[in-house]
Amino acid sequence: MIDYAVDAEGIATITWNMADRSMNVLNDHSIPAFAEKVATAIADKAVKGVIVTSAKPDFIAGADLAMLQQVRDAAAMFERGNAMRRMLRDIEKAGKPFVAAINGTALGGGYEICLACHHRIAADNPKAQIGLPEVLVGLLPGGGGTQRLPRMIGIQKALPLLLEGKKLAPQAALQMGLVDKVVPPDRLLAEARRWLVEEGAKNLVKPWDQRGFRIPGGNPHAPATAPVFVAGNAMLRERTFGNYPAPLAIMACVYEGCLVDIDTGLKIEARHFVRLCTTPEAKNMIRTLFFSMGEANKLARRPKDVPVQKYSRVGILGAGMMGAGIAYVTAQAGIDVVLLDTSLEQAEKGKAYSQGLLDRRVQQKRMSQEERDGVLARIRPTTDFADLAGCELVIEAVFEDRAIKADVTRRAEAMLAPTAIFASNTSTLPISGLAEASARPENFIGLHFFSPVERMQLVEIIRGRQTSDATLARAMDYVKKIRKTPIVVNDSRGFYTSRVFGTYVSEGLAMLGEGVAPALIENAGRMAGMPVGPLALADEVSLELMHRVRRQTMKDLGDAYRPAPGDRVLELMVEKGRIGKKAAKGFYEYPAGEKKRLWPGLAELFPLAGEQPAVAEVIERLMYVQSVETARCIEEKVVTDPREADVGSVLGWGFAPARGGTVSQIHSVGLASFIAGCERLAQKHGGRFAPPKLLREMAARGESFYAI
Amino acid sequence: MTEAFIFDAVRTPRGKGKSSGALHEVTPINLAVTALSAIRERNQLDTALVDDVVLGCVEPVGEQGADIARVAVLAADYAETTAGVQINRFCASGLEACNMAAAQVMSGQSQAAIGGGVESMSRVPMGSSGGAWASNPEVAFKTYFVPQGISADLIATKYGYSRDDLDAYAVESQKRAASAWKNGHFRRSVVPVRDQSGLTILDHDEYMRPETTMQSLAALEPSFAAQGQNFGFDSVAIQRYPEVERINHVHHAGNSSGIVDGAAAVLIGSREFGERSGLKPRARIRAFASIGSEPTIMLTGPSHSAEKALRIAGMKASDIDLFELNEAFAAVVLRFMEVLGVSHDRMNVNGGAIAMGHPLGATGAMILGTLLDEMERRGAGTGLATLCVGAGMGTATIIERV
Repeated sequence: MIDYAVDAEGIATITWNMADRSMNVLNDHSIPAFAEKVATAIADKAVKGVIVTSAKPDFIAGADLAMLQQVRDAAAMFERGNAMRRMLRDIEKAGKPFVAAINGTALGGGYEICLACHHRIAADNPKAQIGLPEVLVGLLPGGGGTQRLPRMIGIQKALPLLLEGKKLAPQAALQMGLVDKVVPPDRLLAEARRWLVEEGAKNLVKPWDQRGFRIPGGNPHAPATAPVFVAGNAMLRERTFGNYPAPLAIMACVYEGCLVDIDTGLKIEARHFVRLCTTPEAKNMIRTLFFSMGEANKLARRPKDVPVQKYSRVGILGAGMMGAGIAYVTAQAGIDVVLLDTSLEQAEKGKAYSQGLLDRRVQQKRMSQEERDGVLARIRPTTDFADLAGCELVIEAVFEDRAIKADVTRRAEAMLAPTAIFASNTSTLPISGLAEASARPENFIGLHFFSPVERMQLVEIIRGRQTSDATLARAMDYVKKIRKTPIVVNDSRGFYTSRVFGTYVSEGLAMLGEGVAPALIENAGRMAGMPVGPLALADEVSLELMHRVRRQTMKDLGDAYRPAPGDRVLELMVEKGRIGKKAAKGFYEYPAGEKKRLWPGLAELFPLAGEQPAVAEVIERLMYVQSVETARCIEEKVVTDPREADVGSVLGWGFAPARGGTVSQIHSVGLASFIAGCERLAQKHGGRFAPPKLLREMAARGESFYAI
Repeated sequence: MTEAFIFDAVRTPRGKGKSSGALHEVTPINLAVTALSAIRERNQLDTALVDDVVLGCVEPVGEQGADIARVAVLAADYAETTAGVQINRFCASGLEACNMAAAQVMSGQSQAAIGGGVESMSRVPMGSSGGAWASNPEVAFKTYFVPQGISADLIATKYGYSRDDLDAYAVESQKRAASAWKNGHFRRSVVPVRDQSGLTILDHDEYMRPETTMQSLAALEPSFAAQGQNFGFDSVAIQRYPEVERINHVHHAGNSSGIVDGAAAVLIGSREFGERSGLKPRARIRAFASIGSEPTIMLTGPSHSAEKALRIAGMKASDIDLFELNEAFAAVVLRFMEVLGVSHDRMNVNGGAIAMGHPLGATGAMILGTLLDEMERRGAGTGLATLCVGAGMGTATIIERV
């Protein structure tokens, strides 16, 4: 696992090489093994200097999150961390030089080992990433990262890296001072050796172990640094609404730890780290953003035994906003695109969307002109269905109207091979119904993209009643190919995402109708961790569109239609011509060149109730309504895997990541307590909060959605 | 319980709190000595009868550090038996010092004590003493820390005070202060600051702008908009007050208190002390109170502290003839008057800190003296002095003439 060799000149090389994994990680096996080699090298008088490197393409990917996810016992965790801390201090104070030869990606704990070494040399591998990204899964660098990095490069430079979890390529890492030198990969070990022999002896004592050490740029109370905290604290709350314990703990580590010596600082960091590991936020983020998303990206739900589908040509019907976006991500993935619309002008306009995005990438130097030309050349605008011949997949993104959709389905299928898949990007119309227009409904599937397509990571795959396993598997292959994350749901009105997301908006509208102050509703939404308040979201979606979808649903369902609590508000707004952001008239007004602001007319339309709810109550309503609807989706088997519900909610509509998604929220609140909360809300606000049988039964059986 | 009486009150004039201000050349210790010496000389006081000197100071570091009260006692040639203690209740420090001095007398543990305060804001700038509140991440987060200007703008936003409301108040403060100076209303308390040769360094409040009009104020940019919008503080305030959509930034240099240098001292003692010293009590300290209030809006404490002091005194707001409320920000005064139903003609009748400035640690003792002078001048019976305080507090004192 950890190789060790000493050469004739007394240079020891400790090489990470974990056999059972594609990447080296820090866990209960590798850390003690590494520590043992470190101790050997330090104890051996013949060893003059030590190289730490890896035999794998990457250096060390970081700590094993499965190990951290298990943490419940603070005392044990603190002790385990102490061993690691002592080992890193042993390296620093070994009296012989250690050099990190960073051959590839070095993240988290992997980079923290580098920080403890006396010198860091990185191979010039532009794909390699160096940094401390722990914050992204709700943790902090607990191996001295919050103490050594600010002491090395200064608080002002270190804090943004720590708070944003930035990963840098070797050249950028060199610029920021994260590494001392970047060399061609084939010279890495030679340079490490040269440094040990020629310069090692002069660099045996870390700056922070030298008398009179000062942090570059000053300590947290220095005039240049103090505002970093005073304003930084406020800006952190502005950005996080207090929902993320990790960045706050990082700020606290840097502030408290940089006022004292390194050993005391490391103890301070350790205490914050242990506490973070046990927070529900860290558990939620690790579960959903790392494990569940990882499973989705690996296509865990893909039916086995279906050969992987390769895509050479994909047809897209409708070159509007969605079609144009799908064309862009498909062409980017190296697939030829036939972009069809009713007029060539429309189709060309759809292609121009890609051109705009590509040109921007070239401008930002993230893409070469040749690459740009190549991608753009793959998109072929047309009005002729015959051009669809040879497509393995056609995705329709036309107007949400059954008749139009049926028409394009028939016309496209006429040109396609019998094996080709036809997918609908509908967000609201049940797939099985649309499949009735298809001559081969087993090849018909829903691929629900989110807007803007190039930025939204999720694709909701909807299985119609007759969709075959093979079609599902092949559709998932396409989603993977365009580097998006799929979740698989069964057919139902609104599927999973639109249906649950709709409850958030609808609950906001309902409260407005009850006389809750609109600013309170909006602030509560954002304070809950949602990207925007429900009223602003309604404006974005367009009140007119919501109104139309509602009419359609009423027509489709007849007596079975279940009125949404915000229906009256929607009706009134549309009546007043307040139809949303596009018209610059919705719940907000949109003065040119200024920030949007709530429309003062709301006060007249929806008079404030004398008594206003506490913000916590508003938040609870907005968030619980989504989870309870998700539970219904699971009960109705629209969603079959809680992990997909979580991933879908976070990626699909930005459900508060710190709550881990709609199901993780139930899990971390606790099933019993969630049910009790729902019952209370149902009594006060209506049956939409009533906990479904599924939850009661699970609670009765002592089950939970997740083990941890 | 022993009764505590005010026998005398003095203050220095207020110098502009910058290097061009007249008092910038004067050390804070000399400002304090000026006030203490005046108390001794004016009253031919045997300072051995003074048990303690309590001085407020908000930035007690550097030359204001190390218990400036005791050092001032020594430097002012008081009896070496007189103790000295520096206290900090932020902006109400000067009044709190008087209350603590009074408490010593009322409890029978001291026969006389001086309350007062000192602040050379030009020499020891605001923020010099640091502290955990704003900078310690966990503390700042937990308390929803925002700077006071944001709190003042939050009060204006939440309670609907427009920029014109605030500016009109500020113009009136300037007018009242100018008229008070012109008519000698401060003559009794203000002691000039002099140099070693007795030459006058400053004998009047130099911060005032009597020519202020609504038009001249209209030209001023809001002081806290950039801070609030660019550094996250508006969001912090809104997260504490989510019913607010956005903060209306309406305070500026012209309707907020001025940064100035100055010191003040109030001689407080028992009836027996007066008899022994041959001094006549001017007013009785009827009640006092300090309270804590919500720290993000921060500056709404005065009404709560006033209500508490009134309750202790068994009085109602309508029983008070005259009010002095420190004009930290115009919205603070407007809010107080609204909550307690106090009309403007009973409030800050000689202007306030918007016109004359707010030397943080000293102001409380200054306005107590101003209140007493005015009560005597117009023959009023009762008065209440109060200040808003950082981190969400309020301090109030009720006095009545004897």
